[in-house]
Amino acid sequence: MMLHMEGVHAHYGHIHALRGVDVTVQVGEIVTLIGANGAGKSTLMMSLFGKPGASSGRIVFDGEDITRVPSHLISRRGIAIVPEGRRIFPRMTVMENLLMGTAFADPANFNADIKRVYAMFPILEERAAQRAGTLSGGEQQMLAIGRALMSRPKLLLLDEPSLGLAPIYIKRIFQIIRELNTEHGMTVLLVEQNAHHALRVAHRGYVLQHGEIVLAGSGQELLASPEVRAAYLEGGH
Amino acid sequence: MAYALQQLINGLTLGAVYGLIAIGYTMVYGIIGMINFAHGDIFMVSAFIAVTAFTLLAAFDITSLPLAITAVLITAIFFTSAYGWAVERMAYRPLRGSTRLAPLISAIGMSIFLQNMVQLTQGARVKPIPPVLEGGIEIWQSGGFTVQISWTQIMIVLVTIVLMVAFTYLITQTAFGRQQRACEQDSTMTALLGINVDRTISATFMLGAALAAVAGVMVTVYYGVVDFFIGFVAGIKAFTAAVLGGIGSLPGAMLGGLIIGLIEAFWAAYLSPEYKDVATFAILILVLMFRPSGLLGRPEVEKV
Ligand SMILES: Nc1ncnc2c1ncn2[C@@H]1O[C@H](COP(=O)(O)OP(=O)(O)OP(=O)(O)O)[C@@H](O)[C@H]1O
Ligand SMILES: [Mg+2]
Repeated sequence: MMLHMEGVHAHYGHIHALRGVDVTVQVGEIVTLIGANGAGKSTLMMSLFGKPGASSGRIVFDGEDITRVPSHLISRRGIAIVPEGRRIFPRMTVMENLLMGTAFADPANFNADIKRVYAMFPILEERAAQRAGTLSGGEQQMLAIGRALMSRPKLLLLDEPSLGLAPIYIKRIFQIIRELNTEHGMTVLLVEQNAHHALRVAHRGYVLQHGEIVLAGSGQELLASPEVRAAYLEGGH
Repeated sequence: MAYALQQLINGLTLGAVYGLIAIGYTMVYGIIGMINFAHGDIFMVSAFIAVTAFTLLAAFDITSLPLAITAVLITAIFFTSAYGWAVERMAYRPLRGSTRLAPLISAIGMSIFLQNMVQLTQGARVKPIPPVLEGGIEIWQSGGFTVQISWTQIMIVLVTIVLMVAFTYLITQTAFGRQQRACEQDSTMTALLGINVDRTISATFMLGAALAAVAGVMVTVYYGVVDFFIGFVAGIKAFTAAVLGGIGSLPGAMLGGLIIGLIEAFWAAYLSPEYKDVATFAILILVLMFRPSGLLGRPEVEKV
């Protein structure tokens, strides 16, 4: 088991954003979280990094309890995140942003890793010296994914990677998620508004509502489920 | 003409010192978005360390000048960066995430504490040091006035240039500098990428303090006297320099320092030496009113 969250609660001040969620991700899986705005999807991802920390419950990653591990030590254990809103460093160059993903990586891997990222996103190589803040939204999203990959994570967290992107980019992003999974064996936890795409690419999925998991199943099952169809697929978003 | 040239030399020297102190303000503001009001005192403490160290060295008859100055610099940098670290640890870190005003008040508290401590232990009177570096070069003579550039001035300008080059390299080219800039832009994301943000902030305070320490030693050698109040005055001027250059901008801090130094030198020479400090305050007010982002600063809003 790669990731196991057990009865995790999280708060922002007095807002109770996660109400005892249980989520499991197996090695080699793509797991997706779907849910309406404000359901707690981003909170769930950030709680792995302790931002906000779990107020109760347990988070186990790769066999070790990481519930109370400081934020900056989480990525060293092999989790990388493409957070909501991308959060690239706008006043740094594309190259510098990619280097930020290598804070604790073995410098010997750098050449191979950057090659892999450039092969996936050729535009990043072209724009290596450009300020990241001047990239288009889609390019920034690619940069955020590239930065996450530079640390060779075991588990990749993607928070709405398709948000605000043109259909052509969306297709490409999902294609890359599948590629990472099948060709590089990457385990992925994916949050998406775009439930249709997400459930098709994912092995399993969870439906989050008001901070609670209300439904879980394989991608196919959820796609077929009447509740999911009504709430998230047929004009529900 | 000769007189003006002399003021230019004096102003550049002074400006270099203000610039070094201003960098500390600008870097700390860049990373935590707050002014370190105890920063001027770091400069003052360094000057006192320099006085003590120079006096000791003179007592032991250590006369090799480069050796003495290097020893004093290392001592001053060591103690003041420890002090910079302590200010962050005691006045800023415990209050991070509380109201914006709280850390400012605790920093002012640290500043008052430090002034009083120095006043109590060193006395309130002006302290002289034995002359360290005398003489200079006469570069021009005209109309009975001799333009002179002293060895101390040459040293100050050279040391400042070397430090600026090294510092620019550190910030723009090294992994540490990249992480430091990353913290400025998005500290949460920086932590998610595995960087210890607290440690980077501490290092920023210490670096700023180290530069102010060098400025403190230079000023001690330049003027030959210090008192416990110089930190406040120099602090305000360097702060003005940082705001004028654009708070958060490193080249801005240096440029602002030079401009303030030049204005002060010319104001004192041609208008009134008694009111030279007024000039600085006037500039501070004008900049805040008409161009709060400073000469090289970027406007607060930007497309992300
Ligand atoms: N920094 C914060 N401070 C206070 N409340 C927050 C904060 N971030 C999120 N919340 C609240 O926590 C709840 C869950 O938010 P979260 O961002 O996890 O939702 P989400 O499922 O990711 O929504 P979306 O699809 O809109 O991104 C919401 O009610 C939100 O208002
Ligand atoms: Mg979200």
